Amino acid sequence: MSDTNAVLNLGVAERPSPPSAFSNALVFGWRAMLKFKHLPEQLFDLVMTPIMFTLLFTFVFGGALAGSTADYLQFFLPGILVQTVVFNSVYSGMGLSTDLSKGLFDRFRSLPIWSLAPFAGLMVGDVLRHLIAGLIILTIGLILGYRPEAGVAGVVGAFAMLIAIGFGMGWVFIVLGLLIRTPTTVMTVGFSFLFPLVFASNIMVEPATMPGWLRAFVEVNPVSLMTTALRGFMGGGITAAEIGLALIAPVLLTLLLAPLTLWIYLRRE
Amino acid sequence: MNDAKSLPRGSAAEAAAGLAISARGLVKHFGDVKAVDGIDLEVPRGTIFAILGPNGAGKTTFMRMLATLSRPDRGEASVMGHDLVTEPDAVRAAIAMTGQFASLDEDLTGRENMILLARLWGFRGNRASRRADDLLSAFDLADAAHKQVKDYSGGMRRRLDIAASLIVTPGVLFLDEPTTGLDPKARQGVWRMIRRLAGAGVTILLTTQYLDEADQLAARIAVIDHGRKIAEGTSRELKAATGSGFLNVTVADQARIGDALRLLEETLGAPPHKSAEGGQLSVLANTAGAANGAVGKLLAAGIDLTDYSMGQPSLDDVFFALTGHPAEADETQEAEPS
Repeated sequence: MSDTNAVLNLGVAERPSPPSAFSNALVFGWRAMLKFKHLPEQLFDLVMTPIMFTLLFTFVFGGALAGSTADYLQFFLPGILVQTVVFNSVYSGMGLSTDLSKGLFDRFRSLPIWSLAPFAGLMVGDVLRHLIAGLIILTIGLILGYRPEAGVAGVVGAFAMLIAIGFGMGWVFIVLGLLIRTPTTVMTVGFSFLFPLVFASNIMVEPATMPGWLRAFVEVNPVSLMTTALRGFMGGGITAAEIGLALIAPVLLTLLLAPLTLWIYLRRE
Repeated sequence: MNDAKSLPRGSAAEAAAGLAISARGLVKHFGDVKAVDGIDLEVPRGTIFAILGPNGAGKTTFMRMLATLSRPDRGEASVMGHDLVTEPDAVRAAIAMTGQFASLDEDLTGRENMILLARLWGFRGNRASRRADDLLSAFDLADAAHKQVKDYSGGMRRRLDIAASLIVTPGVLFLDEPTTGLDPKARQGVWRMIRRLAGAGVTILLTTQYLDEADQLAARIAVIDHGRKIAEGTSRELKAATGSGFLNVTVADQARIGDALRLLEETLGAPPHKSAEGGQLSVLANTAGAANGAVGKLLAAGIDLTDYSMGQPSLDDVFFALTGHPAEADETQEAEPS
């Protein structure tokens, strides 16, 4: 504490010009990456469930559902990528809820920065998480014998779509994270509406054998629309209509929930 | 003691008046709880100002309003000449706040936390890390720079937290209970730091429930209870308002405290105040003769004293005299949101 005064003088001498909203968001993205460095175990949470699903569904149900495990993997893998991204968005909501409970956001809020920057930063971290988890699942799929017919371009398109999905879903959990005090409650609430959404979709099976009322739901379920687009990208034959339908939910969620996030955040006491 | 002086409005007038903070009639209710119920405050620039009160008195809520973290229901205030409600960004650029709970990312190292904040303030590349390193060494944290904050001790956390508020030297530094939960040595360290900052021209508004902390640090003290300011002045003024002399006695046998209380009240005609620890009683005694007589009566009644003294009232006595109850946590208002 010997030269506090020297430090203070330094601060007075060179007060930097205020940074742009964009660079603030990038700083928060950097924070998300540091989290990866210090908590590599969170990667385990992100990929264990999807890996288990891939292996169990392929080898236990695959033969019965699609005639052979190889055929089923070909059908299932794009879907499991969607499921991974959708489920993993729960974890970012939990992270936010933890941050808020510790007073860290009070400091951010008392800084003269763009109010949405911390959330934009969370999104940067999410995108990174989705990419890493997606690549791990894809690698395992390739090892098991999955082959994307549309080649590298198809895979790149599919991952771009995954990022859009993750971005849209991210807002849902940012809002929940803002509203719910305890991280575990965020998880419970999140999974209790994501599970039906993911299972009542075309990720695991073709909806042909489902009862009519359920099929009607599955066909308009955003998760199904996303899965159809992913299959189109990776298997070939993607259409503009498929892309458009898959993007409806992410775009709507962003348009509705980004302003809502700001509104809740600024009114939080 | 309420400052009801009608100052001309506007930042220019306040700057001329040399005020860092000027608040008029600030009100914040949470449902039925009147957390802050109309507080006026004027803090001159470059001073240390303490807000003293028990848990749940409304100190934190009041400070959060001034730091733009909570919107006042009524009233108005300006900080460094900027209006709280209409110019929140200008206020934020002029202040820093260290909350009651360490506002740091526990998973990151101390240095990473500092660099993160330096970048948010606009320091780029090497300048951000240089600023972080300078502050870390100024606060004796250079050795712990690469440790994760979750492994820091309470005192180190507090120092880092305050260092994090000084990335850019603020006009006003808000410190919410800066030494709560610290051991005496760490507490002294934080006090020394606060004095140095004030010496360098930073206005400091701190909340505390420690009477000696306000006494030691602050040029002026506002006493807050149940969301209202019940007194304001220098430590000396507050003490003078309470009464000139106080007799303090420490009763050896805890079982006899009740008898001692009764006897002192009979003799001196004022209700004695029992310290939180229990053993010590203090009571207003206007002359040394009266005090002497009271001590004599206690001894004559067979109540053994391990210690007695005559002196100025402590801030604890002041609080008791002002509110009629000792400075203790008020459980009914504990629900102050953090």
